[in-house]
Amino acid sequence: MNVIAIWSIYRYEMARFFRTILQSFISPVISTSLYFVVFGTAIGSRIQEVEGVSYGAFIVPGLIMLSVMMQSISNASFAIYFPKFIGTIYEILSAPVNFLEVVVGYVGAAATKSLFIGLVILGTASLFVDLSIAHPLAMLAFLVLTCISFALMGFIIGIWAKNFEQLQLVPMLIVTPLVFLGGAFYSTSMLPPVWQTVTLFNPVVYLISGFRWAFFEQADVPVGLSLLAIAGFTALCLGVIWWIFRSGWRLRD
Amino acid sequence: MAPILQIKNLRKTYEGGFEALKGVSLDIEEGEIIALLGPNGAGKTTLISTLCGITIPTSGNATVGGFDIQRDFRAARNLIGLVPQEIALEQFETVGNAVRLTRGLFGKRRDDAHIDKVLGQLSLLDKKGVRTMALSGGMKRRVLIAKALSHDPRVLFLDEPTAGVDVSLRKEMWEVVAELKRDGVTIILTTHYLEEAEAIADRIAVINKGEILLVEETDKLMQRLGKKQLIVDLRDPLAEIPAALAGFDLALGAEGRCLIYTYDTQSERTGITRLLSELAATGINLRDLSTRQDSLEEIFVGLVREDAA
Repeated sequence: MNVIAIWSIYRYEMARFFRTILQSFISPVISTSLYFVVFGTAIGSRIQEVEGVSYGAFIVPGLIMLSVMMQSISNASFAIYFPKFIGTIYEILSAPVNFLEVVVGYVGAAATKSLFIGLVILGTASLFVDLSIAHPLAMLAFLVLTCISFALMGFIIGIWAKNFEQLQLVPMLIVTPLVFLGGAFYSTSMLPPVWQTVTLFNPVVYLISGFRWAFFEQADVPVGLSLLAIAGFTALCLGVIWWIFRSGWRLRD
Repeated sequence: MAPILQIKNLRKTYEGGFEALKGVSLDIEEGEIIALLGPNGAGKTTLISTLCGITIPTSGNATVGGFDIQRDFRAARNLIGLVPQEIALEQFETVGNAVRLTRGLFGKRRDDAHIDKVLGQLSLLDKKGVRTMALSGGMKRRVLIAKALSHDPRVLFLDEPTAGVDVSLRKEMWEVVAELKRDGVTIILTTHYLEEAEAIADRIAVINKGEILLVEETDKLMQRLGKKQLIVDLRDPLAEIPAALAGFDLALGAEGRCLIYTYDTQSERTGITRLLSELAATGINLRDLSTRQDSLEEIFVGLVREDAA
């Protein structure tokens, strides 16, 4: 294992993050505040509680998940697409590193950045609502696993993308709708029975549900199933990346 | 001693069927400088990319320092440094960090003293903290060399190191290459400048359309390729070459309106001064003079014909 290479990639990627730390910090603070103004105040004034939790507090896990998923994808996809775009990918491909080392370096940095943003949102949210976390360790585990699995997905998108438009395509057309329809701002139990069944085909439901359980001990699906879903998604992404490096698809030719 | 680089029947066919390498075989000895000479699209960059791991070969194999480039890719790539043809640098990163990243990718611990030494060799030490966007084209190319040397490679690939570089910088590059050779580094460079290959390479491998046409020591090859022609435009046409000029390799051209003198640029005396004196002595009036050398393509055609004969 080329640990020094992993650390070098990680540090290099994090340096880019620290160059723009102020934007990285301010942006989630503002967007979270806006969400609270729109959802918390406007809608929250009409929906007082969801399953015994104040609406303002109820949407916090969904808000964090929404940002963390989008940030993980965008950080990782940009991290690998940018070297492809400017040509510096040659030094990764010609270095004595295997696919796992490259992935750990890039995805690790992307996940760290989105974890930071997730924690900033959590901190900002706690300024607006009373928040208690029933299972802090489980909450952290779900958060970290989501950061990693969606960064893996972003990494695949970054390799697949041939231009900047494609880089935005999957997050915009697939991930955002899945998150909004995945119970980020409501409980799936509030839906009609037919739609509750349809929602079960949305993988994001499992992630948000598990994460929300860590806060309020309330879940739309069993927690074990949420963990299984996130583990399966991570394994699937890793498998795809392994195949990409093995075949050289969109990388080595 | 076994060659440091052994290439056996390496083939690369791209998606769509284009055959970029058609069974290339080549042995390169440790410490030598070999120039891969060929026109655009000859397969030079594909060959280098394949050896460095950027492109996956379709068939055949190659070893670097005895390590197979695919099976033992870590050991093989540890020995290699690559300077790509295109300038590829992250514009917002400093020179020092860019070089440090490459060293890290090769599993070498951070060593600022070594990086300073490499940057010093390339006259870049004072630019260590400067962002690469602020550097000139020539300096950026030197940063790429510094990155390639950051982990002490034994084999260095230079893909058209002087493409788009001015004359003084080209000379500077040649000096860097000579210094690396003194340090025992094996250098494989691609170029389509015959002059460049002649100036710095121990051997020249001529490559065209994915095939190596020949590999020869530079001196010997230059003797074969070093012919040049002096075209003497005449004021009055000649019916035949005067007997007084029989000692020169002359031919009549353009229906007697010019004399074509073929001479060897490599020989100590080209005979041009003597020819011009003889022309004056025989009363032949000149209108103009020009010289002409075979283009690389014409040389390739000649080489192919020679090989076929």
